[in-house]
Amino acid sequence: MDELFEAMRNSIVEGEPEEAERLAREVLARGMDPMEAVSRGFLPGVNQVGEGFGCGDLFLPDLVRAGAAMKAAVRILEPEMTRRGTAREVVGRVVLGTIKGDIHEIGKTLVGTLLTANGFEVHDLGVDVPPETFVEKAQEVGADLIGVSALLTTTMAGQRQVVEAAQKAGLRPKVRVIVGGAPVTKEWADEIGADGFSEDAAGAVTLSKRLLGRA
Amino acid sequence: MSILSVSHPKLRLEILSPEDVRRIHTATLDLIETVGVRMPSRRAQEIVASHGGRVDPATHIVRIPGAVVEQALAKAPPAYTLAARDPSLDLPMDGQHCHLGTDGCGVEVIDPATGARHRSSFQDVQDAARVADSLDAIAFHWTPISAQDRPPESRSLHELLAIWSVSHKHVQTESIVTEREARVAVEMAAALAGGREALRRRPILSIMQCTLPPLAQDGGSLEAGLVAAEAGLPVGFMTMTSCASTGPATLAGTLTVGNAEVVSALALMQMAYPGAPVYYAAAQTTMDLRSGAYTGGGPEDYLFGAATNVLADFYNVPLSMGAFATGAKEPGWQSAVDNSLSSFMAISTWSDMLLGAGLLHGSRILSYEMMLLDAEIWSILCSMSRGITVDDETLALEAIREVGPGGNFLAHRHTKKHMRELWRPTYFDRRPFSEWETKRDGAVTWANAKAREILATHKPERLAPAEKAELERLIASVEHA
Repeated sequence: MDELFEAMRNSIVEGEPEEAERLAREVLARGMDPMEAVSRGFLPGVNQVGEGFGCGDLFLPDLVRAGAAMKAAVRILEPEMTRRGTAREVVGRVVLGTIKGDIHEIGKTLVGTLLTANGFEVHDLGVDVPPETFVEKAQEVGADLIGVSALLTTTMAGQRQVVEAAQKAGLRPKVRVIVGGAPVTKEWADEIGADGFSEDAAGAVTLSKRLLGRA
Repeated sequence: MSILSVSHPKLRLEILSPEDVRRIHTATLDLIETVGVRMPSRRAQEIVASHGGRVDPATHIVRIPGAVVEQALAKAPPAYTLAARDPSLDLPMDGQHCHLGTDGCGVEVIDPATGARHRSSFQDVQDAARVADSLDAIAFHWTPISAQDRPPESRSLHELLAIWSVSHKHVQTESIVTEREARVAVEMAAALAGGREALRRRPILSIMQCTLPPLAQDGGSLEAGLVAAEAGLPVGFMTMTSCASTGPATLAGTLTVGNAEVVSALALMQMAYPGAPVYYAAAQTTMDLRSGAYTGGGPEDYLFGAATNVLADFYNVPLSMGAFATGAKEPGWQSAVDNSLSSFMAISTWSDMLLGAGLLHGSRILSYEMMLLDAEIWSILCSMSRGITVDDETLALEAIREVGPGGNFLAHRHTKKHMRELWRPTYFDRRPFSEWETKRDGAVTWANAKAREILATHKPERLAPAEKAELERLIASVEHA
């Protein structure tokens, strides 16, 4: 059994989604408790990668690969966890997207991957998303956070519209709005009344945890 | 006024062998033909389809046979001139010159009077263009910073107005990303050039569009590029592929991905308007492995800077290469390393245009001190690019004979004749140590003082009232459409 947990941990640390998925299926085939597989097998892998990144031994691609492996395992285990009533606790619900008029995807997707790996439930709306769609989705899923990405100086203004739309819909201050993207600065985030800003993806995770009191 | 460009450089760096280039080219054609490039523009898709490419309307991915790409690229003119409103400031694109432009498009400016950062405005664009206009190192303008106090739909046009109002130098804009803006920009340029045909003969404006790595284009950019190509304005497509994020972690892979983006876009321009002047543009980099950020500087960037012109030469089109553009937060050690090595490497393979003077933090923050210090780096490069001439006069045998063992050359007429060929610094500190110890100032202090002097005194008016009114009328037509 310990060997199986060790293999699970390794599949995350090495960032092998196919291997993680195979191990998750084995958990179900053996009739093991999927929650135990997560807490004793896969999650220690996520933590190890997080620590490795924290002390500078590992890099962003390691985090992303580990995140993909974790996602693959959880996808297989989730139905059984739900059936047993032992679903994983969600750290927070996040609605994420790149603002209307802007089709730059990578930064936003990276934030989504890291948030997912850190236990957030992420609803990624993709790119070219109108301000009101962020708000509608946030209402639909009961989001704690809305994350708005913009890479162009001409589309940044849309971030302000999301803050205003969330305000108008009565979502704030309960629902926090965070912004990011190459031209976005702390001053801009302050000016438009956003709740937070980060220059990079790892910082966005720290920020999200802090805003939800989970740091 | 004159322009200090690298002319007929003598330096040469072998960075990619002909076999390397052939492999990158073959891989590029393979990608364009089998994987395809996303072109979300109906107009672009129709052009590709009518030339034998396959279009998937659901994904907007076009796949073009390699032979079609090669035939299209072969129609691109190998040489042309970037015209200036003052013909004495024209820039030959003939493979024998390297010209320096400003960086873009930043969002903040460091005020040289206070040192404080502020969000960039129309006035800042004009001020930056005034300083660039005053420097002989700056051969052409980019839109250095964004006029964020102007409406998004017409901002790029206000930026053109801001630059043209103070400078006769060629303008290459990178901030026009829609067909509508491009149409008005062409009309604005035509108004200054004396009509559409005069503009075609002497393009005072060139257009630069970004690709969307990996292997994709922005629809608006393609359509804006087509408008420019139709008008005969030189149009370039820039890849900013980043190792390990938007490109493979390996340099050859990232070069190839970016090459497929640029080549597919330039081929599209040639399919639509055969013989239109086009250029290759690039600013590849690596992702910061810790943060995922666009880095702006580092050995990979410098290698890309030299390698890309080998590719542009292979396709026989000019190159506009991202150089300078340090990731440093202030002028100093990092910016000096970055901006010297990146520009030197780009020049060593004779890149036609170099971009990047004046901005910090990966092209986000304009610093006037940085612009002046970059101009000094440029003057070093111009000097170095002349290389070492060996002939009777430069061997100076006669002078050496006359001075003989133990003498000196200070008073010799040969020295007086040639000493002004030696490089002279503006911002290098060659003073006695004691003087530095007393004053504790240096390059950044001096550049700051010079920037403030230029801003206070260099106030050219380069538009007649009627021209300004016409440009403003054209811009208003976009705002009230």
